[in-house]
Amino acid sequence: MARRPSVHSDREKPAASFARAVVAITWKDLAAEFRSRELFSAMLVFSLLVILIFNFALELDIRTRQSVTAGVLWVTFAFAGTLGLNRSMSIEKDQGSLDGLLLAPVDRSAIYFGKVFSNLTFMLIVEAIVLPVYSFLYNVNLLRPGLLLILLLGSVGYIVVGTLLATMAVQSRSREVLLPILLFPVVIPVLIAAVKASGGFLTGDEAINIRPWINLLLVYDLIFTAIAFMVFDYVVEE
Amino acid sequence: MIKVRGLVKRFGLKTVLSDVDLDVQPGEFVALLGPNGAGKTTFLRILASLSHPSMGEVSVAGHRLPHQAAAVRARLGVVSHVPLLYGDLTAEENLQFYGRLYSIGDLSRRVSEVLAMIGLEARRRDLVRTFSRGMQQRLAIGRAVLHDPDVMLFDEPHTGLDQDASAMLDGVLRSVAAQGRTVLMTSHDLARSEALATRFDILSRGVIVASGTKKDLGRSNLLSFYKQALAD
Amino acid sequence: MQAKPTSLRALDLVAIAVLIVAAYLALVYAPEEAVMGQVQRVFYFHVATAWTALLGFIAAGVAGVAYLATKDEKWDIVEIAAIEISLVFFLITIVLGSIWARPIWNTWWTWDPRLTTAAVTELIYIAYFMLRQGIEDPGRRARFGAVYTIIGAVSAPITFFAIRLFRTIHPVVIGSGDPSAQGTFAMAPGMKLAFFFALFAFTIIFVDLFWNRILMGRLAARVEQLKLNLMR
Repeated sequence: MARRPSVHSDREKPAASFARAVVAITWKDLAAEFRSRELFSAMLVFSLLVILIFNFALELDIRTRQSVTAGVLWVTFAFAGTLGLNRSMSIEKDQGSLDGLLLAPVDRSAIYFGKVFSNLTFMLIVEAIVLPVYSFLYNVNLLRPGLLLILLLGSVGYIVVGTLLATMAVQSRSREVLLPILLFPVVIPVLIAAVKASGGFLTGDEAINIRPWINLLLVYDLIFTAIAFMVFDYVVEE
Repeated sequence: MIKVRGLVKRFGLKTVLSDVDLDVQPGEFVALLGPNGAGKTTFLRILASLSHPSMGEVSVAGHRLPHQAAAVRARLGVVSHVPLLYGDLTAEENLQFYGRLYSIGDLSRRVSEVLAMIGLEARRRDLVRTFSRGMQQRLAIGRAVLHDPDVMLFDEPHTGLDQDASAMLDGVLRSVAAQGRTVLMTSHDLARSEALATRFDILSRGVIVASGTKKDLGRSNLLSFYKQALAD
Repeated sequence: MQAKPTSLRALDLVAIAVLIVAAYLALVYAPEEAVMGQVQRVFYFHVATAWTALLGFIAAGVAGVAYLATKDEKWDIVEIAAIEISLVFFLITIVLGSIWARPIWNTWWTWDPRLTTAAVTELIYIAYFMLRQGIEDPGRRARFGAVYTIIGAVSAPITFFAIRLFRTIHPVVIGSGDPSAQGTFAMAPGMKLAFFFALFAFTIIFVDLFWNRILMGRLAARVEQLKLNLMR
């Protein structure tokens, strides 16, 4: 057998190669999306349309606006989120590139986390655009630090579970339709907590009322990240 | 290099592979032939560590599957009939991405090396979306040899290629094999397989029904060998 | 093929018997409640069916974890049985809850934590079956089922706490009274007997249905196997 020059880098710690794989996957998703912008524009346009529809569906006069803004925003993000998740996993499945990822000598959970970070990034970017637009249209200041924190915690919980379920949904016959059905019932705690906490920040409620909701979000995020990490292997293996 | 004993694969109650034995020595180029539904792709997927065997022993490059799957993956290059490439990235970016997953040192040099080998140097900054099927397959092979694997698995690589592209692919396949790698290729194309491979195994309905080297063919050609095996 | 074991046949009879006794205790024996009248009797079965549904819920969660740990098909059958039973009994609970709520608080539905969580759990169950339905490979179907069961099993209790938190911080008054009081009433000794016996009876009914359903699942699997053997 002919001797070929070694191409592998010297013994790398598993943690380092794990981190490298996660970053590589996240970066790959962002780079590809930056070129085509399909996923992103779909999510963004959808969100703006929903906000618009809410204007006619609910009577968002000055007083009611205060109490429903949080709900309107989160319903919008929840639905736009499924678009993004579906698309993100479909790309892998359709091109068979999920196999490509599975063939690499990396931990399966690296694939999971890579996907979570890229999905989360897309969702946060969409939120970052919708927020100022909503502020502009309805003359409400949404750019408050408390609200941004809730947006982050809530999105994390949503995406952590959503990515896992999307991986399953995309392998079934009913695909796109299935993800919201799977996701929404189990992500209700996030929606409740996020809406209550967001609303609290918007109406200037006392910290003592908002605190429990933040705690709930943290607990949910932690528990489900742990579960998804443990369970992801079973979702991609054969 | 590849050792399979008593391999059984079931999907629920359906048995796709029943008692497959196979031995592939280092450096051999094996063509795995057989009719549709024989279980070739399933077999390949198991060797590729993408699927778990239901029963039996499988070892590739000295590592047992499925337990030592990660070790196997580092020594394995797989080309499917789907390119496993990202259309929205350039050829270069695709290779760089996979290179990072395989922890390849001196990545940019290696990427250039591989691009030259598969003849896509000129198109390195073009989006894979714009490539023809033949070019995508060549890039797919590039992806598969990037980490210098000892074992390569090809699942019907000539699918969807015209004559020119197939011939070009054969050139790449030969150079890849010539570097001392062990190759297992499933195919429908008997003529091509006869030209490329050093050994032939015929899989039918989940079992290996015939096996022979080029020497064993003797005077007859692969086609008659194949027909004979399936007639039994 | 085994016939139904005699112990199960006996349990069937016992289950029917305790159901009749529980019905008698609830509908006839227990004293009428002063404020709410006869409709309060629904409460005995309402809580008991909720209890049964909860048993199923927990059994499903355990089965899900057990399946992923052992990959033994029998845990998948247990999981389906548990979820089916829980699905039906939560439905009964919700219906009985509505029957109780309507005359007392003039509303069909109260958004109280327990009832709402039961409804959410029903949606999780329905999603579960829809997920399974769309997957062909039995191994994958069982694996995905187990994963989703675990996610649902952890999520539902958190939903319960979230709604309860919602209520404590923001007490809501719906209809003509405060339903979160859940119709508190002091239980006379006769009521206590009816209540606890109902819980006991429905535990027996749960075990009986569970066992029967698991047996059914095993037989169904056996039938599939025989069908497949016949086709060869």
